[in-house]
Amino acid sequence: MPGITREEVAHLARLARLELSAEELDHFAGQLDDIIGAVARVSDVAAQDVPPTSHPLPLTNVMRPDEVRQGLTPAQALSGAPAQEQQRFKVPQILGEE
Amino acid sequence: MADLIRLTAAELAAEIAAGSVSSVEVTEAHLARVEAVDEKVHAFLHVDREGALAQARAVDERRAAGERLGPLAGVPLALKDIFTTEGVPTTVGSKILQGWIPPYDATVTRRLKEAGVVILGKTNMDEFAMGSSTENSAFGPTGNPWDLTRVPGGSGGGSAASLASFQAPLAIGTDTGGSIRQPAAVTGTVGVKPTYGGVSRYGMVAFSSSLDQGGPCARTVLDAALLHEVIAGHDPLDSTSIDAPVPDVVEAARNGSVAGLRIGVVREFRGEGYQAGVLQRFDESVALLRELGAEVVEVSCPSFDLALAAYYLIAPSECSSNLARFDAMRYGLRIGDDGTRSAEEVTSLTREAGFGPEVKRRVMLGTYALSSGYYDAYYGSAQKVRTLVARDFERAFADVHVLVSPTTPTTAFPIGERADDPMAMYRADLCTIPVNLAGNAAMSLPCGLAPEDGLPVGLQIIAPAMADDRLYRVGAAVEAAFQARWGHPIIEEVPAL
Repeated sequence: MPGITREEVAHLARLARLELSAEELDHFAGQLDDIIGAVARVSDVAAQDVPPTSHPLPLTNVMRPDEVRQGLTPAQALSGAPAQEQQRFKVPQILGEE
Repeated sequence: MADLIRLTAAELAAEIAAGSVSSVEVTEAHLARVEAVDEKVHAFLHVDREGALAQARAVDERRAAGERLGPLAGVPLALKDIFTTEGVPTTVGSKILQGWIPPYDATVTRRLKEAGVVILGKTNMDEFAMGSSTENSAFGPTGNPWDLTRVPGGSGGGSAASLASFQAPLAIGTDTGGSIRQPAAVTGTVGVKPTYGGVSRYGMVAFSSSLDQGGPCARTVLDAALLHEVIAGHDPLDSTSIDAPVPDVVEAARNGSVAGLRIGVVREFRGEGYQAGVLQRFDESVALLRELGAEVVEVSCPSFDLALAAYYLIAPSECSSNLARFDAMRYGLRIGDDGTRSAEEVTSLTREAGFGPEVKRRVMLGTYALSSGYYDAYYGSAQKVRTLVARDFERAFADVHVLVSPTTPTTAFPIGERADDPMAMYRADLCTIPVNLAGNAAMSLPCGLAPEDGLPVGLQIIAPAMADDRLYRVGAAVEAAFQARWGHPIIEEVPAL
């Protein structure tokens, strides 16, 4: 399988919302290439007819009774907010100006 | 009475219940120890002196009122800083949560409090539990009490080091790929990864949800069992929590025996990369098991060879998804919100400033493995390996009661040695990872010191899912036999700080 380029790492960083510096990109590109080279061994089994396992327990649709319970108060829920206003989380601008 | 900090949790609980010492006295002795030595060890990120003493006073009052106390009431504990604690900082070893005060308790935290266990504080860890040395903590490394220039393992290095330096008789860890067992091995302590789903993950900051499992850390097998019993059991707040009775681990720990058991030695866990002294102590452990009446056979688990590679695709994939919640909007760090930047820019600047290098590497690796075009080759194949690993365990457990192996390929390595070599660091978890992939239970306990460096070696015992009691039955027998041979617990050989 092909290795990973510096440009690809820059693209991954954007997808992952990491504002990496140029030095970090250089550093991580080499390391990620090494790691991917090592873990690519799993593709040895790609052609085998084996069902995938996503989870150790065979659980489906675990339900609980739909009952009203005490949750966090607004003050508790907002206690870690970087900014708040009118009992709401205050966030930077999400949409463009116009 | 003997030095309070040297007693086991079971001994302390008995003394407290008998009234020969108060929980406040026990707690003060441990807080004094923290004050005296933690500047050197750096096991704790936060010491909750007032909270601990208040919990201790409450236990003493309940006892004075004639209430019957639980088996660990009044005993101090060090809690890994990954469990939320209402009103007490929880950082996960990350700058992104520096200063965050959770508004609620994790289920593990709540159960500890209900059992009267005294929480001394929060222990250091690799950031978001990603690492094998505790060097990835944003708040500096922890020293191994056996040699402060070496790592205490990771990610739960703070919890293990607190035990080995007698700052706490009990601790809690979490194990995603070995983060309880590997630190236990390299610090000469006992650590157990319970069956996946055995201990609630509610309020435990998520790294890789299908692998993460909280569990007990202690200096003796019995202490670990007593703590296991306190924290385990079904929790409706965790949909992956097993709704079945907890195996009787305390009874097993009190009645250690291997007579009549068939024990498997995993053939794949030796060879290149294994330290000679580690293999020597492991082989002695196998000989001991035979002397104690076990039938030991070799078993082969060929797919374990691919487990490390599969783990470093699955865990990063799940982490890249789990850590998306750190977006600088609702809690934690926010950087660059100057009124001109968009929410997306603020998120990217915050994550850049708040995450350390290993977290960034794994988030990007997971993003890569889950991208279209690579998904089938990487994540899809890793999931197939996971099935093959589970089948290898199934086949093995059809023949033997438990499996044994070294816990780690080497003893504790020097701080800095592998810090910027991810693949070298990852290999520390070679023997522990298959257990997480399959979801079964495993323990590490001391089996001696490696002749070449005098550092602790861990013996790993692996049991099928929901047979956690077997770990304690075998572990207690091995512990008793080794102590009879050594004349004392190995932890007594740890150098004075």
